[in-house]
Amino acid sequence: MRVGAELLPLEIPVTRTLIVAGAIASRDYHDVHHDAEAARRKGSPDVFMNILTTNGLVGRYITDHFGPTAVLRKVAIRLGAPNYPGDTMVLTGRITAVDGDTATVHVVGANGIGTHVKGTVTVTVPARVPAPAPEAAP
Amino acid sequence: MSAEDGTAGTDPDERESRLKAYQGRPAAVARMGRDPVNLPMIRHWCEAMGDTSPAYSGPDAIAPPTMLQAWTMTGLSAYTGRADAYAELLALLDESGCTSVVATDCEQEYLRPLRPGDEVTFDSVIESVSSRKKTKLGTGHFVTTRTDVRVAGELVGRHRFRILKFAPTAVSNSAPEPDSQTAPQGFSREAAESATEDASRSSTARTGSGARRPRPVVNRDNEGFWQGVAEHRLLIQRCTACGTLRHPWLPGCNACGCLDWDTIEASGAGTVHSYVIMHHPPFPAFEPPYAVGLIQLAEGVRMVSNVVGVPYDKVRIGLPVRAEFRRYEVAGAGAGELDLPVFRAVEGEG
Repeated sequence: MRVGAELLPLEIPVTRTLIVAGAIASRDYHDVHHDAEAARRKGSPDVFMNILTTNGLVGRYITDHFGPTAVLRKVAIRLGAPNYPGDTMVLTGRITAVDGDTATVHVVGANGIGTHVKGTVTVTVPARVPAPAPEAAP
Repeated sequence: MSAEDGTAGTDPDERESRLKAYQGRPAAVARMGRDPVNLPMIRHWCEAMGDTSPAYSGPDAIAPPTMLQAWTMTGLSAYTGRADAYAELLALLDESGCTSVVATDCEQEYLRPLRPGDEVTFDSVIESVSSRKKTKLGTGHFVTTRTDVRVAGELVGRHRFRILKFAPTAVSNSAPEPDSQTAPQGFSREAAESATEDASRSSTARTGSGARRPRPVVNRDNEGFWQGVAEHRLLIQRCTACGTLRHPWLPGCNACGCLDWDTIEASGAGTVHSYVIMHHPPFPAFEPPYAVGLIQLAEGVRMVSNVVGVPYDKVRIGLPVRAEFRRYEVAGAGAGELDLPVFRAVEGEG
């Protein structure tokens, strides 16, 4: 972990299935996340991803990078351009601060329209605990 | 504060102070999560997110931390015992014309992992209600709530959530507005514009005279059509009783008289059914000679608009065309730019 290090980008196809599955898995039944006609009546061209799914994808991006021992401390996101079906979101990240075993990562998710999400994640990655040496046989 | 913000008849200052009075009031008190933290919901979440971290499965599984809010959601079944300051506030915003909602920010802090069996309780407070802001989506108020999540009395997570309750920008005054702060990008218009590389969309058509086109008359019968145009979609009305398509938009069906309808989106493909060349008289903002086509859409209805992409004297009956959207400067109330459908001759055919 060093300041300035870039995470490998993660490309996420924004499918209708992802939008609906994410909304339902997060127990968000607002119609704009699963009913295209209702979304259009409310002025949106189609269904769009809910913020809880975006939040989950940002979390996944960080823990995928830092591995299963990583502990998320804080995730703060702000949404911009909606994620509509058929688009692709590319998540990128850069480590902006390191304090001991804790890193602050700035994350951006860009789609075909613009910036879908900007966020800051604080994550702790415990140093590997060395395995205890095997005891000598008595 | 504008006169057309949907709150005619109420004093804006008075409304503002009524809204501000909700700051600090509870939005949920000692509420309990619908289900204890459990592996099936965790698995559904991980499947949806494509999250394969081993931390979320097996005997020592924890819940994905970003799932925090999911444990507090009521889901499809309405919660009846809502702390009603929040419901009241939302109703007050609805009344002031801010009927649409979009989430803008989510800030979460995780103090300890949640494990299967944990029973979550939570309290929410209305942290702030912004004054009325202009955003790309429309004018509205940002409402921020803070939720403390506990297990057996111990604080396990904190969650700050911000929504924008807004009055959607009407198509008829969709001139771009300056943003007063970062806000979600608008639906549709911006999306359609920046998602295409079509130069004809990114440049505003102007005439040498600098005159502006008259603004289309938008009324209750045809506003759906213009809403579609704003999203770069050509919508055709369809009678839900007999299925007959109709254009221009009308309150009822010419075939069966039924008043119920829905819409289909035109593919944009069509042919010139008939046309006239306008030479005289010249109108401000229109530069003769130009071709006005009666376009037979592939779906079967006809629509009148300009034929572009071909010299005016080369337009012929049967010429294949395709709809596109061109930006024009328009006059009238809320003068600005408006995208209008025109039909471009399809090259290499006809």
